[in-house]
Amino acid sequence: MGKLKTFTRRAFIVSSVAVTGGVAFGAYLMARTPDNPLAESPGALNPWVVINTDGITLVAPRAEMGQGVMTTLAALIAEELDVALEAVNVIHGPPAQAYFNSAAVAERHYSESQHQPSGFGAIMAQAFPKVISLQITGGSTSAIDAYSRMRLAGASARATLLQAAANQLGTGLDVLKTENGHVIAPDGTRIRYADLASAAADLEPAQAPRLKSPAEWRYIGKSQPRKDQAPKATGTAGFGIDVRLPGMRFASVRMTPRLGGEMISFDASNAETMDGVEKILNLGDGVAVVASNTWLAIEAVNAIDITWGKAPYPHENADIFEKISEAFDTDPNVTLREDGELATAPTSFEAEYRVPYLAHATMEPMNSTAVITDGTLEIWSPNQAPIMVRDRCAKLAGIDSDKVTVHTPFMGGGYGRRAMVDFAEIATRVAVQMPGIPVQTTWSREEDMRHDFYRPGAIARMRGHVEDGKITTLDGQMAAPSIMAQTMKLFTGFDLAPADPTLTEGAHDQPYAIPNHRVRGHSSDVAIPVGFWRSVGNSQNAFFYDSFVDELAHEASVDPLEFRLRHMRGEHAPSATVLETVRDMSGWTGKTPDGVGRGVAFCFSFGTAVAEVVEVQQDADGVIRLSDMWIAADLGLILDPLNVEAQLTGGAVFGLSAAIHGEITFADGMAEQENFPDYDALRMASTPRFHVELLQNMERMGGVGEPGTPPAAPALANALFDLTGQRARQLPLGSQFSFLT
Amino acid sequence: MPTTLTINGTSHQVDLPGNVPLLWVLRDALGLTGTKYGCGVAACGACTVQINGEATRSCQVLLEDVDGPVTTIEGLGTPDNLAAIQKAWVANQVAQCGYCQSGQIMQAASLLAEIPDPSDEEIDEAMAGNLCRCGTYPRIRAAIHDAANMIKTGA
Repeated sequence: MGKLKTFTRRAFIVSSVAVTGGVAFGAYLMARTPDNPLAESPGALNPWVVINTDGITLVAPRAEMGQGVMTTLAALIAEELDVALEAVNVIHGPPAQAYFNSAAVAERHYSESQHQPSGFGAIMAQAFPKVISLQITGGSTSAIDAYSRMRLAGASARATLLQAAANQLGTGLDVLKTENGHVIAPDGTRIRYADLASAAADLEPAQAPRLKSPAEWRYIGKSQPRKDQAPKATGTAGFGIDVRLPGMRFASVRMTPRLGGEMISFDASNAETMDGVEKILNLGDGVAVVASNTWLAIEAVNAIDITWGKAPYPHENADIFEKISEAFDTDPNVTLREDGELATAPTSFEAEYRVPYLAHATMEPMNSTAVITDGTLEIWSPNQAPIMVRDRCAKLAGIDSDKVTVHTPFMGGGYGRRAMVDFAEIATRVAVQMPGIPVQTTWSREEDMRHDFYRPGAIARMRGHVEDGKITTLDGQMAAPSIMAQTMKLFTGFDLAPADPTLTEGAHDQPYAIPNHRVRGHSSDVAIPVGFWRSVGNSQNAFFYDSFVDELAHEASVDPLEFRLRHMRGEHAPSATVLETVRDMSGWTGKTPDGVGRGVAFCFSFGTAVAEVVEVQQDADGVIRLSDMWIAADLGLILDPLNVEAQLTGGAVFGLSAAIHGEITFADGMAEQENFPDYDALRMASTPRFHVELLQNMERMGGVGEPGTPPAAPALANALFDLTGQRARQLPLGSQFSFLT
Repeated sequence: MPTTLTINGTSHQVDLPGNVPLLWVLRDALGLTGTKYGCGVAACGACTVQINGEATRSCQVLLEDVDGPVTTIEGLGTPDNLAAIQKAWVANQVAQCGYCQSGQIMQAASLLAEIPDPSDEEIDEAMAGNLCRCGTYPRIRAAIHDAANMIKTGA
């Protein structure tokens, strides 16, 4: 993506299509009055659409991290603006309120009548994304947010161009039409948008433009060629780590591996003498080396002898999980499902499950490039939250936010890791000590893996009862460190103990009708940093909840897929259809030959229903191979089928990788895994063949970046049970079964 | 004393110590940033280049040990003039985040040079060292088959 600096400054009358967006979005006050950040750019018809002699530019409110957003957003604009998709250039927008993410706070439960958190904590939790996540790329929200706002932006721009043409020609609007980037006059004269843009930019943007009906769509619903494919196939796509500036130096850091602990002392004498080392910086809680190349910076920073203080959490893994389990003895933080009479309901079956901490392990290690010049900060940071980057880095540099320029290059993977901004902050702290010199601060892979905001370790205690082939009682308790509590403390400084739905999402919100049904989440205050890992709480809770439903099916001696359907059909028909679809696609019979196992799992997350069937095969040596995976998903509305398929299968690979290999453990207060040899993922040969079917029965549009992940682990664990009779209640599975690698 | 390297057919003088890995020579000294850093221990394949036509992890080859012409992703083709394998990558919409794809393509190009029409098993084996956290493997496999056909038919 390019830079906004290509626009020159020019006075421009602003109202904004975002006002229309605000009306369309009803309650989201944040949408009502954002200033147009492009107000002084020529040809800016609204905060998203710029038409000038350079062509048509979409100023994208979301960042490209592999989810294809620059193409999907451009297609929505092209659809309503009536231009060819190829004609739309895309650049990433600056940090600005106009680019807030309305879908980050949108309701996406399968049912309208779900339980809601209550009380002060809940209010804070609801307000939180509005306050800090305005411009967040995450939560599988980009397409949902864009579906309304990008179409409106395109339609408003088109209507305004038509008005400019009507004024110029002295005709009514009713005799004008548009075609492929032109306004067509009654006599057939074609006027290029570019020739109308300057006049149009001086008009009040159209406030209530007509949107095309689905029958008129030429891009929406059809697979489009992704705009980032050729750059990514030629090594010319600019990732954060690829930023190169005149006079730039290269840095690497070592921050305390006992996360949140102190640095007591360091001896850099070995590093100081290394040829090419330019500066050693004391960051207080770590050290940085500035050098002539990244490799040398990493070598030198690793040569520094550092004494670290204690971590603010138990140093050994067993003690960490002991502390998490102690949360079961505390009052629940959330009880988001409570149906029936649990006090008197019979229970006959119990199981305890456990999952480890997980790293994101994006292929591109954390990095940012920053330069401080004359009281300004310019930073290139591959990030999912540019407003947070701007404001927090401004504070560290001791300047106002309006003195910060944030560039958001391509991200080499995000998966939620880059919703945090620590890598931008550290780069800023390095730059503060190197005034006037651009410095790229790159973390080694080891530093990256040992300084994550991990998916929390979690424990679930499940109780249930079946009668006449159905579940009569399901009572689940999940204990984990609270992501919301930690994140709110990090970004507000307050210890608010908010109600945290992520403790039980993926369990409390599943479309099963069960008469006695309760799900409680217990918050543990283990201080290991935790964050948003692709699908967040669903990633562990789908494993807990769906595995237990599978166990209950076997208790009831009912086929596991039919068993799920029995509880789902009356509760949520689209979800049941998804399960039936995966049954039919996979030719599910409930029976598998010796040496073959099949498992099914379901999770409703981010507004999308996903069912997955995994088939495993065991060879004569006992080695287990994932042969096939069938995925059925209902997203309500599919904008780009090929891209949706990529997100679902990619999400499933992410989930399977973690299920088999993923585990961050702690010893002496430090993460024990530090690179891919001890934190591996699926490879070409270990990835199953995929079969995907997409449905559009649901009324609301669902997300797609994350929902493929949650069912993957339970589907595989259920398949392993079918294959071996051994029930896996802990992840990773690779420590219990022998997989092809 | 500067080291002379031939990269993508062009001769470069590099004034760096001989123990600097080729990856960082390419990225930080020569500005050829298409080759990526992923792990530094030859476990992910993101840094794959060809030396004498053979796919090699550039994070493990020291500058002083480079013993032949180097081809990087920039040497295969450009957005306006794609090599056949890159056309296949684009046509199959392989990339998601795209960070690993330079290495995937360089590895696949070596495979196709050695085995013009590889089987799935041969692809699995050749590509085993190349990690993709986005999970694009099915499309990588499809693109390799397509590239094999394109090269065979001269398309």
